[in-house]
Amino acid sequence: MLYTIKKIGLMAVTATVMVVGGTAVSAAAGDSAYDLKKNEWPHAGPFGTFDKAALQRGLQVYKEVCSSCHSLKMVAFRNLTDLGYSVDEVKAFAAEYEFPAGLDDEGEVKYRKGLPQDYFPSPFGSEEEARESNNGALPPDFSLLGKSREHLSMFTPWNSIYGEDYIVGILTTYHEEAPHGVEMAEGMYFNEAFSGNQIAMAPPLFDELVEYADGTEATKEQMAKDVATFMYWAAEPKMEERKKMGLKVIIYMTLLTILLYFVNKRVWKRVKKGEDLV
Amino acid sequence: MGSSTYTPENKAVKWFEDRLPILGLIHGTLGAGYNAPRNLNYWWNFGSLAGFMLVVQIITGIILVMHYTPHVDFAFAAVEHIMRDVNYGWLIRYIHANGASMFFVVVYIHILRGMYFGSYQSPREVLWFLGLVIYLLMMATGFMGYVLPWGQMSFWGATVITNLFGAFDFVDGMGESILHLLWGGFSVDNPTLQRFFSLHYLLPFVIVGVVILHIWALHLPGSNNPLGIDAKGPGDKIPFHPYYTAKDAFGLSFFIVIFAVFIFFMPNIMGHPDNYIEANPMVTPAHIVPEWYYLPFYTILKAVPDKLLGVIAMFASILIFFVLPWLDGSKIRSAKFRPVTAFFFWVFLVNAIFLGYLGTKLPDEVMIDMAGGVTALTLGQIGSVFYFAYFIVIVPLVSRMESTKPVPTSIAQSVLDANQKG
Repeated sequence: MLYTIKKIGLMAVTATVMVVGGTAVSAAAGDSAYDLKKNEWPHAGPFGTFDKAALQRGLQVYKEVCSSCHSLKMVAFRNLTDLGYSVDEVKAFAAEYEFPAGLDDEGEVKYRKGLPQDYFPSPFGSEEEARESNNGALPPDFSLLGKSREHLSMFTPWNSIYGEDYIVGILTTYHEEAPHGVEMAEGMYFNEAFSGNQIAMAPPLFDELVEYADGTEATKEQMAKDVATFMYWAAEPKMEERKKMGLKVIIYMTLLTILLYFVNKRVWKRVKKGEDLV
Repeated sequence: MGSSTYTPENKAVKWFEDRLPILGLIHGTLGAGYNAPRNLNYWWNFGSLAGFMLVVQIITGIILVMHYTPHVDFAFAAVEHIMRDVNYGWLIRYIHANGASMFFVVVYIHILRGMYFGSYQSPREVLWFLGLVIYLLMMATGFMGYVLPWGQMSFWGATVITNLFGAFDFVDGMGESILHLLWGGFSVDNPTLQRFFSLHYLLPFVIVGVVILHIWALHLPGSNNPLGIDAKGPGDKIPFHPYYTAKDAFGLSFFIVIFAVFIFFMPNIMGHPDNYIEANPMVTPAHIVPEWYYLPFYTILKAVPDKLLGVIAMFASILIFFVLPWLDGSKIRSAKFRPVTAFFFWVFLVNAIFLGYLGTKLPDEVMIDMAGGVTALTLGQIGSVFYFAYFIVIVPLVSRMESTKPVPTSIAQSVLDANQKG
């Protein structure tokens, strides 16, 4: 009797898992015809750290290409030391920007050179201005895109979409012409990775668009990966510190758990055997 | 709470104890003065784990408030300020955000343990009620806490959930009045954020109060145990300290390892990515989902086509736990000796998880591609019917009709029997 019940229970569980798993797979595949390519990221995994050269190249792409439309409001110049720059290099980088600094004696706006504590200036003064310059679309701020465009799945991890892969997908899957039969709204571009496939952003990257300071060949894919790495850092700047501490915490707590296991065993020894009862 | 005879040896301590017997209270509640059944298994660790999580949430929450600004213009930036500029702010926030999920995991296991081993049965009904009150307070606190970062899912989750209360439109204009009261205006806006912040800070301390009552109510009959039989003789029990303090310490340490994996290596997996986009009343997310711990109830809500009935069904799905002590008519508590009850318990659990999974789906999403396409809505309705059938039909009938297995005469005897066999 009990055996049959257990068997039926096991079958119910298996069936549920199959339905859940199966539909999850088909749902992920059904969302769009496009399969997002999964890239190898050096900063992924429990021991992953940022590729500093890629971060620096990504910063260059952001500065020379993306920053003409996209803000990066939550990142300050001082944060750029994370990318492997010295304090002096950061000061020099900041000094390339100008910031308003009050009014002079005639009521005109004064300007001063940027300082490490300043934040990246935004290309547009307001949302209205940004939309006006971009065919009605609002170029999103870059500060958190690395995290706000990911889709993590705990139970079906193979369905997870990582923010970096999504960004690379957006940057590299433009079609010069929309596929036959797809009607495009005016001023829109066909993009495989973008939901609905119609994106207002013109293809931003093409080969040799920037000349990398470190001599890396600036292919479209290379730039996309570099800027995606940079954007993930911008969204989660404490990632390396977090993983490093996590490792220590887990090693310490595992050892403590082992010790407490033996403490507990020792404490219970007599009672477990019922020796106090005889 | 404890009925202890605690007499300190130190004179100064004794002087104090004679004037305020607080050490005796602790001694009798969590110390050697409280005798617990000797056969508690690891499922009994989750009560103290829940207590630990409550303390973690309160401490991290108090620190977060030092750097947070409850205003629609500043809240989102304040959270990012914590993540980027406050020393170890990322750590405190990730502990708090994942801590909420871990608190619910632990409490769900604690509740399910109570269901399986019949801990709600006489004489522990009030203990069970108080636990459910804590759970309801946790739901409210968790929901309001999720609104505070003022991301897209904060805003739209708040909009969807508060709108549910508008269904209580029994008198003309009543639903609207309730909504205006919840919002402090005509939509989710700054007054909403501020009152949610105030209540999110208040309710955890109310929970602490009910937890004290919960422990008080526990100590009158004493803990239930895996056999579900009353601990009678002195051989059935052992002092809480050192036995269960050692066991709880081991369990806690193990739990912290798991907790740390989430905090340090997948801190955002339980959250929603849209909450890293600042709230925007003009842009509705494609898919509004509540936090995972509400999902089964969300599915039940969506399964009913009528709004008011759906809301009633959703509340009923939680409130029905209050009558469980009377729905269950068995003389035996533990499902260990009730094979059919045990079987349906596991089916109930699988069904509840399945309802939670369906909660993340759009109602008209096709889940099984046969017979013209079975939608998430249809499966949700089947699951919801089973959910209620479990309480209204299965438990009352099975508990009264099933043939149970022989129950040991005493806890001590079962220990001796097991040792003879082994």
